Amino acid sequence: HTHLNYKLGLTLQNRTSEALTPAAAARDEFQEELVIRPLHSGDIYASFQFRTLWDTDFLQEGQKVSHYRLFPKSLGQVLSKFSVRELHISFTQGFWRTMQWGQPFIPSPPGAELWVWFHDTVSDVDGNWKELTNVLSGIFCASLNFIDLTNTVQPSASFKPLGLGNATDHRFLRYATLPREIVCTENLTPWKKLLPCGSKAGLAVLLKSEKLFHSSFHSQAVHIRPVCQDEQCTSKAWELRQTLNVVFDLYTAGQGKKEWSLFKMFSRTLTEACPLATSSKVYVDITDNPELSPATPLLSQAVVLGDRRTYSVFDLTRAETFGQLRSLNLLLRWKGDGEMLRPLLHAERYVAGFGLQTGEIHTVIYNNHPYRAFPVLLMDSVPWYLQLYIHTLTVTSKSRDNKPSYIHYQPAKDRHRPHLLEMLIQLPPHSMTEVTVQFERALLKWTEYTPDPNHGFYVGSSVVSALVPSMVAMNTNFTQDQPLFSSFVPVKEESSYFVRVYTEPLLVNLPTPDFSMPYNVICLTCTVVAVGYGSFYNLLTRTFQVDEPSLPLAKRLANLIRRIRGVPLLT
Amino acid sequence: MAAPLTLLLIVAVTIRAVLFRSSWAELISERVEVVSPLNAWKRVVEGLALLDLGVSPYSGDVFHETPFMIYLFHFVVDYAEIVFMVTDGITAVALYLSIQTYNKNVFRKQKYALESDRYPADCLELLRSPKEMFYIPLKVAMFYLLNPFTILSCVAKSTCGLNNAIIALFILCTLKGSALLSGILLALATYQSIYPLTLFAPALLFFLQRLYIPVNLRRSSFWFFTLQYAFIYVGSLVVITGLSFFLLGSWDFIPSVYGFIFSVPDLTPNIGLFWYFFAEMFEHFRLFFICVFQINVFFYTIPLSIKLKEHPVFLIFMQIAIISIFKSYPTVGDVALYMAFLPAWSHLYRFLRNIFLVSCVLLACSALFPVLWHLWIYAGSANSNFYYAITLLFNFGQVKSLNLISHFT
Repeated sequence: HTHLNYKLGLTLQNRTSEALTPAAAARDEFQEELVIRPLHSGDIYASFQFRTLWDTDFLQEGQKVSHYRLFPKSLGQVLSKFSVRELHISFTQGFWRTMQWGQPFIPSPPGAELWVWFHDTVSDVDGNWKELTNVLSGIFCASLNFIDLTNTVQPSASFKPLGLGNATDHRFLRYATLPREIVCTENLTPWKKLLPCGSKAGLAVLLKSEKLFHSSFHSQAVHIRPVCQDEQCTSKAWELRQTLNVVFDLYTAGQGKKEWSLFKMFSRTLTEACPLATSSKVYVDITDNPELSPATPLLSQAVVLGDRRTYSVFDLTRAETFGQLRSLNLLLRWKGDGEMLRPLLHAERYVAGFGLQTGEIHTVIYNNHPYRAFPVLLMDSVPWYLQLYIHTLTVTSKSRDNKPSYIHYQPAKDRHRPHLLEMLIQLPPHSMTEVTVQFERALLKWTEYTPDPNHGFYVGSSVVSALVPSMVAMNTNFTQDQPLFSSFVPVKEESSYFVRVYTEPLLVNLPTPDFSMPYNVICLTCTVVAVGYGSFYNLLTRTFQVDEPSLPLAKRLANLIRRIRGVPLLT
Repeated sequence: MAAPLTLLLIVAVTIRAVLFRSSWAELISERVEVVSPLNAWKRVVEGLALLDLGVSPYSGDVFHETPFMIYLFHFVVDYAEIVFMVTDGITAVALYLSIQTYNKNVFRKQKYALESDRYPADCLELLRSPKEMFYIPLKVAMFYLLNPFTILSCVAKSTCGLNNAIIALFILCTLKGSALLSGILLALATYQSIYPLTLFAPALLFFLQRLYIPVNLRRSSFWFFTLQYAFIYVGSLVVITGLSFFLLGSWDFIPSVYGFIFSVPDLTPNIGLFWYFFAEMFEHFRLFFICVFQINVFFYTIPLSIKLKEHPVFLIFMQIAIISIFKSYPTVGDVALYMAFLPAWSHLYRFLRNIFLVSCVLLACSALFPVLWHLWIYAGSANSNFYYAITLLFNFGQVKSLNLISHFT
């Protein structure tokens, strides 16, 4: 507490000194928010977003920044050193079940995912990318150093910048995913340290690892991008969003009862807002009319992901939210009968075939809109050791051929880069589209296998990105008071919203050589080659001589004596 | 002799057509013993599909055929089955005609030697009569067309059949005495896969023998002819490579085809010795052993040429056999080519010891290949060592059979 007060004191001092010198009027801002959504299946979904706005126009050349207030210094230095324009990194444990839970606010694939847009002034993007992954690996205590050119791709259309700028040169974009990466407390702790209040005040006090990792789904992410500060975009700022999505399971954490409270979920309650935050709110989704206590008069409506939902708002910056006990523990109870809104876009993926020689990847995309067809962009990044055969690519919708209108395929180079397949597919309404492609499994060198080769090799999730037509008009106005969860993805038009769906990662077995036999193999093969060599040598250097028939032993002895005596020899 | 040959061709085409239409064709074209990353039909189709998509086939690591194949199959990809059957037919006819020519040469030489009394008395039983030699070309063609290895290779549509056809035509042109055509075809064969480079020496020796130029390094006539032939060969090679450049406008095919053959990056199992050796090789020694194994193919040319300079056709056969055993991605189609020559020396079979043992080894290995592959890849009850052992044994059998046959000299 004293530590926090000291930090607060310094910050306030800085702020007052800034106020006295109007030339350097910086307006760093920090907002935090928690959205709690009860899910139809009885699970509960909690989504934290922490947003720091850093008011410095970084996009100019030659400006060296050394003054950090709320923005974490480690990330600021990363941005300046590697000329990063946008950075998105996520660590996820578990798989988001779209059909049971609906669409998430911030989608993320299992494992670690990193995609970065660099400035167009960078000359060696690959070098910057390599160093960036290593530095991030240190910042987040994750093994991001496994990201190298063999699992990095440059998607041409799927990952457009989410912030300012309409860059189209995808040479400055890099995307990599590590499906095998595990998320644990070591990753949560440095993530929490990046917050201005740390985990000492505000919503971050709820982030206790023993409860967070006892869940069906846990995803923490960091998104950095340049944004406009106002409607006319007269000044720009860096926005850092740290998001944490967690879904608590009804049975493992909820003891089978559709009755949740903050204490049950996080084993903590809220006591105060972060003093550095300009806004600190808790939104509870009450569209399906659950019982909520303590009741609050504040209500808000928001259209997010094509759905108009009603939220109860708890403003933590107001002291009366905490009531008599000076702590806020929300209680939610609901019945959970009735229909859930079917997500309009959903995708699955699996491997078909048997044996260790060939296989087929099937990606199934569902369009659940009753009457509208819309195009989706499917991006697949397959490692080089699964050789894809693009002439076997088939796309069928409603058992008829559906030719994609745009295919961008970059074949893999062994041990250098993976396959990249991007397709624009038009999904007919209310249909299932299946994309199949055959592959062959390669035999690798014995040093290229992981220590547990029979576990299999992971293939990263496919990414399906689409502008889904919305049944409800979306809000395109840019206002400062929008809740964070509805302003993550910029909304350009009213009639559709952007959705990104990640499929399951695949686990594929490869044929393995016998790892205990390098010496034996070398000896045996060289033996066969040597036998060949020996027989040719024999053939080439053998000469024939007439052989004298040999005398029997008695005659030889007699010849010996005769030689001594000097008389002619016997024949 | 046209009638039996025609009958043989009809029988061979029938067998292949029947297999093409059956469900076995799909199965055979996936077998690793029959196709390799260099000559699989699936990869040719993939390369053409990549070209249709606007991506260079050589930008990935799937397509390792030369641009000549792209030129050829761009037009005939729908008639691929007919192309491969015709190719086999061409190879068989070329072998038939070349062995006929060879037999005529041998018989003529024998006649002269007999007249000048150069044979000792006890060798007279080894002399061949025209009646015996009458059926040998047909037997050679039969050995090629009805060999199960060839049939499998054709049904799998492996481009090894095309390479064999080019080599067979080269042998025919050499034996007929046309240095120009021989040089051009040898350049084409070398362009397709580098190893036929070693056939330059026996072809040169044959021409020198035919033109009665003594093989003496101090004679200017020797050098004159060698340079002529080398010029034809190297010139055709340069022209063909240049034409390949103009197909796609880049030299990408050189590392993709020749770099691939030499550096063996793909370790897909096959019937050769390279794959498991380099799968288990220590990274530090990899380059050294690649060099050793590749030199091993080219290394026997000069010594064998010196030893066998009187028998250039036998030398061609030995070279083809050495290439088939020690190349980086062998398939059964390569084995079938040199096996076709065996009837040409059928009068010497009585001198082969262990022929029964060696042929049993080869037959048993051929039968065990699919069994152990299935056990490793599909049943999961064996591992790669089983398949590797059969590979070793098959190559050992081939080496031993070559050793036996070399006793003919």
